[in-house]
Amino acid sequence: MSTALATAEKGSSLWADAWIKLSRNHLALFGLAVVLTLCLVSLLTPWIAPYGYEQQNLMLGASPPSAEHWLGTDVFGRDMLTRIMYGGRVSLLVGFIATAVALLIGVLWGAVAGFVGGRVDTVMMRMVDILYALPFMIFIVLLMVVFGRNIFLLFFAIGAVEWLTMARIVRGQVMSLRRQEFVEAAHSLGLSQWAIIRRHIIPNTLGPVIVYTTLTIPSVMLLEAFLSFLGLGIQPPQSSWGLLINYGVETMEEYPWLLIFPGIALSLTLFALNFLGDGLRDALDPRASKD
Amino acid sequence: MALLDVNGLKVYFHTRNGVVKAVDDVSLSVDAGKTLAIVGESGSGKSVLCYSLLDLLPKPPARIEGGVALFDGQDLLTCSKQQMRGYRGNDIAVIFQDPMTCLNPFLTIGEQLIEPLIYHRDARYGRQQARRRAIELLDEVGIAGAEARFDAYPHEFSGGMRQRVMIAMAMINEPRLLICDEPTTALDVTIQAQILRLIKNLQHTHNVAVIFISHDLGVVAGLADQILVMCAGKAMETGDAEQVFYRPESGYTKKLLAAIPEGAKSATGHARPEVPLLKIEHLKTWFGGHSAKDTIKAVDGVSFEIRQGEILGLVGESGSGKSTLGRSILRLAPVTAGQVSYAGTELTALSARQLVPWRRKMQMIFQDPYASLNPRMTVFETLAEPLLYHELADRRSVAQQVEKLMDEVGLARAYVRKYPHEFSGGQRQRIAIGRAIATKPQFIVADEPASALDVTIQAQILELILDLVDRHDLTMLFISHDLSVVRHISDRVMVMYQGKILEQNDTEPLWAEPKHSYTRQLLEAIPLADPRLERARIAAASQ
Repeated sequence: MSTALATAEKGSSLWADAWIKLSRNHLALFGLAVVLTLCLVSLLTPWIAPYGYEQQNLMLGASPPSAEHWLGTDVFGRDMLTRIMYGGRVSLLVGFIATAVALLIGVLWGAVAGFVGGRVDTVMMRMVDILYALPFMIFIVLLMVVFGRNIFLLFFAIGAVEWLTMARIVRGQVMSLRRQEFVEAAHSLGLSQWAIIRRHIIPNTLGPVIVYTTLTIPSVMLLEAFLSFLGLGIQPPQSSWGLLINYGVETMEEYPWLLIFPGIALSLTLFALNFLGDGLRDALDPRASKD
Repeated sequence: MALLDVNGLKVYFHTRNGVVKAVDDVSLSVDAGKTLAIVGESGSGKSVLCYSLLDLLPKPPARIEGGVALFDGQDLLTCSKQQMRGYRGNDIAVIFQDPMTCLNPFLTIGEQLIEPLIYHRDARYGRQQARRRAIELLDEVGIAGAEARFDAYPHEFSGGMRQRVMIAMAMINEPRLLICDEPTTALDVTIQAQILRLIKNLQHTHNVAVIFISHDLGVVAGLADQILVMCAGKAMETGDAEQVFYRPESGYTKKLLAAIPEGAKSATGHARPEVPLLKIEHLKTWFGGHSAKDTIKAVDGVSFEIRQGEILGLVGESGSGKSTLGRSILRLAPVTAGQVSYAGTELTALSARQLVPWRRKMQMIFQDPYASLNPRMTVFETLAEPLLYHELADRRSVAQQVEKLMDEVGLARAYVRKYPHEFSGGQRQRIAIGRAIATKPQFIVADEPASALDVTIQAQILELILDLVDRHDLTMLFISHDLSVVRHISDRVMVMYQGKILEQNDTEPLWAEPKHSYTRQLLEAIPLADPRLERARIAAASQ
């Protein structure tokens, strides 16, 4: 075997090439680093947090940032840094798991509906329409009432709402891809339906899917805050960024740091995810320029 | 003095990756009532040249770096935007290649036709007058029932009719120069012949100068007085038609002329036994429709045999069902009724799963090399996929096999890691051919494999196909709308029209003695790449 081919073989898959391209994109790498750091901090929070998340110091009240409490304390005298760290655990978990649920269901549902077409497509997409039409608050409240309040149910409930748009996006993409000649060529090679979906269809829908995913994560985080605010999600003393921001807004004029720091945490995540998403989209498109 | 005199025109594109000299020091001139043909392959700069005259290029990246273009003594390159607007449409009109995309689908063709009359020439025409003038012109370009068709929308016209409307639109302000940018490339051969005749007639009656851009020397042979051959932005040769065809000076022109598929297939020597490999009986593929009215009978009861080792040509115009027939044989399109048997096995009775081992033996080469390759798979992945899927290679030997395939279709091994978009059309088609022969098939359906390519590349691909068929003892159904190509490559030919096969015969006898009147019509419409013969034929046809 020639050496040219030996080296070629190693990196000649879409994902390997994508990684090489991504590693040249500084903005995307920065995004990736921020996301990874945030995940790591969340993971280690119980051990590295300066205070306990329930630990109150009513004497302190809402104090501005100081040497003991870097980001200040809230009205109950709880350390803000600690609360943001613990809140991040919930927010990131909701963001990633609910989005992953949405991604998995949405991409598969859309790909199958678009690829098989005909009556299957009609039935599948009418189901999506019906779920769209259902007011999702009622849906979630029903779920909570039937199954009791549970953080994983919350993930599932949010994911179950967010996948609808994903399914529609993917279906549209697949419908146009299905008629392409390279898919026909795959048929004529005798590839199974599933192999065609996996190897030829899904990789070609990645661009819009990735962009929509990076938009979904922050919106899921805000949705969680909304649900928690209604008393359907996380309950104090547990916390999440969304909840912290909600409380921060109420006391914005007297104690701005209660709003600013959780806000920064959320925006930083959002930025990082957007950079990473754009980078991934370009990296996974061989047609995007290499430099 | 010539009507248009272009001297030393240079148009460069300033891109991030450097300067592209799209048009590099080209001169030309056209007299009133004469035709100049600009011939060249894609990317030769022939369209850029004409668009730069009308200031239709995006600037930047395009920039005119030098030269003059005198139209009636006025320099088009330096005139003001206002003057240019005056020239466009009034004095110089353009007909574009694709009549489908050049008409606004939301306006009736009448509305679009009278637009230039009402908005140009200081609105000398009133609405009623403009309408009358437009109907006159529609009549002149051969639209039957012009009065009634005036209020029809573009989608109600066929491709050829739309091109006639486009021509009427171009002619409505009595231009003195008509630029035709590949006006017949998207059309069927019989329609092409009609449109070419129409342009020629209009030129005589209105005494307009024509610049006719084409990639096909055959098309311009009967039409052109002067020919300019371009390649990579440079003028390779200029001269009157006879000189360029009969006494070409530049090597490139000679190459172009040699690449035109002409004459019969050279005999392969060894006589083959006439064993049928595929037997198609009463095959029907109908699409859609709950009622009989909206059913499209793409393939409507055809029966024929494909013999072991032959190339069977299938010709027909667009919409004749020839592609659907090819796909139905491979079960890529649903078969409504009828049988396809392959070496004695009834394929139509098999389920998708049972069909898999047969898929290996039957492959397809597609028309559009830009759509037939997965843009997210490298050459290696594309070629390795069939090998691995059908277990013709394992992980260790696959690299070697892919290398062998690349050698076979004439691709450099170093390209193995590249993605499809990094290749030219011809190279892509080579990849697609490599994929088709990867499974060592016995039978290949080639659906217009060379139609999207330039003529010199087309010649190379056809040669590759002939070579592979010979080397691997392949049987092929070769689908094409281009009769010269089919004649050049096939042993036998079938003519298809509206889902039915009208005639089939060995290639040369069919050419010599077409039995069906439609076949005769098709054969007569082929433009000959020979100015004297072609002119004589047009003259004979118009009598």
